[in-house]
Amino acid sequence: MVKLPHQEERLSLDTFLRGLWEENPVFVMLLGMCPVLAVTNSTMNAIAMGLATTFVLVASSALISLLRRLIPKQVRIASYIVIIATFVTVVDYAIQAISLDLYNALGAFIQLIVANCVILGRAEAYASKQRLHTTLINSLGMGAGFTLALLALGTVRELLGNGTLLGFQIMPAGFEPWVVMILPPGGFFVLGTWLLLFAWLKQRRERRLLEGGGATHAG
Amino acid sequence: MSDEQAIPATSQTPGFRMIQTLWAIAMLSGLLVVLVYQWTKPIIAENQRVATEKAVFTVVPGASQRTDFILGDAGVTAEGDGVGEGETVYAAFDGQGNLKGIALAAGAQGYQDIVKLLYGYDPACACVRGIKILKMTETPGLGDKIAFDPAFLKNFVALDASLNAAGDGLAHPIKAVKHGGKSHAWEVDSISGATISSVAVANAINRSMQRMAPLIQRHLASMSKPPQSIAGESN
Repeated sequence: MVKLPHQEERLSLDTFLRGLWEENPVFVMLLGMCPVLAVTNSTMNAIAMGLATTFVLVASSALISLLRRLIPKQVRIASYIVIIATFVTVVDYAIQAISLDLYNALGAFIQLIVANCVILGRAEAYASKQRLHTTLINSLGMGAGFTLALLALGTVRELLGNGTLLGFQIMPAGFEPWVVMILPPGGFFVLGTWLLLFAWLKQRRERRLLEGGGATHAG
Repeated sequence: MSDEQAIPATSQTPGFRMIQTLWAIAMLSGLLVVLVYQWTKPIIAENQRVATEKAVFTVVPGASQRTDFILGDAGVTAEGDGVGEGETVYAAFDGQGNLKGIALAAGAQGYQDIVKLLYGYDPACACVRGIKILKMTETPGLGDKIAFDPAFLKNFVALDASLNAAGDGLAHPIKAVKHGGKSHAWEVDSISGATISSVAVANAINRSMQRMAPLIQRHLASMSKPPQSIAGESN
């Protein structure tokens, strides 16, 4: 801890983009798997969950960043949890006000955003050390990355499991839906496939880099 | 750097300062939650009213207005009087004020959890006119077809729920039969592959009808007035 001087990050495009790709909360950091697997059985649920999580992430990160000098180290986790829980409650009421159908579809997972480790993780690793504006941009990027990941699962699962996208019929009439895709195992299948794809892409890029840079240190 | 001073400083944070911080954050949090609660409360109540209304009008074809009653062994009381005991029923009327049917809530154990539904009972034909699943956690692709499968929903266009001779129950209990095995007006043709969910729907309606159909027929007169004319007419 003493060795690490908390460098305050300068705002750059990378502050935002990191969450989308390099440090994607789902595909790279493997955080917040519970809602990722549970509510991505349709595109609409994925979007709603992604937006709700993004709102909680941005709002709580901003408040934590503002209060970062006032919160004593010893009670920081308790403080963060209270702040996060507040915004989750706000989202909970907001979704009920927007659409009861959506609220019923998401079930208990809205309240469970409290326990989403992406949010607490970002609070501890970033918001508690950085200035407000970089925190805002960074958490927006993380939220967007999380939403994107949920969408990546949700669209595939809805398309294969139901033959539709956002409720519109996409697949031809003769298509027999793969019901397993909207059941819990489908979440694991699709997540695994995406992770495989990303791991392969990453490996390929690293190999290219190595070849491009000439035979330096192999291994 | 500044960290070297910051770290010993935080480790000696006095207790009252921690309590102070937690107290301040809790106050802030409480304030925010109360504000949002107050702000969204009327909107949520309105949403719930619209949802109920929409469900009632779905299960009673041709209805456009409704009145809520509490129906129990003691008789009928208007919803909101606070004295009645029994179940809430939704009497639905058409534009001219004719009673089109009565919507009732019912529930039974499904495959994973309770299936809750609303169904419309037409006292004139003594039959069930429509159902709407309100809440369920049946298996997607199999059991959840009870909510939208057209062939299954056709069971509830004119499902017989006539009373027995004594008038204290149904003449024929409503029950689910195997897919394709429906031969009587009081039977529910199950969805193939979703028998448990289909049975749950039939059981829910049967249990509710066994108790409520006799009550509705007995107290029909006091429920067949549309909302605005209840107070005005003396009959």
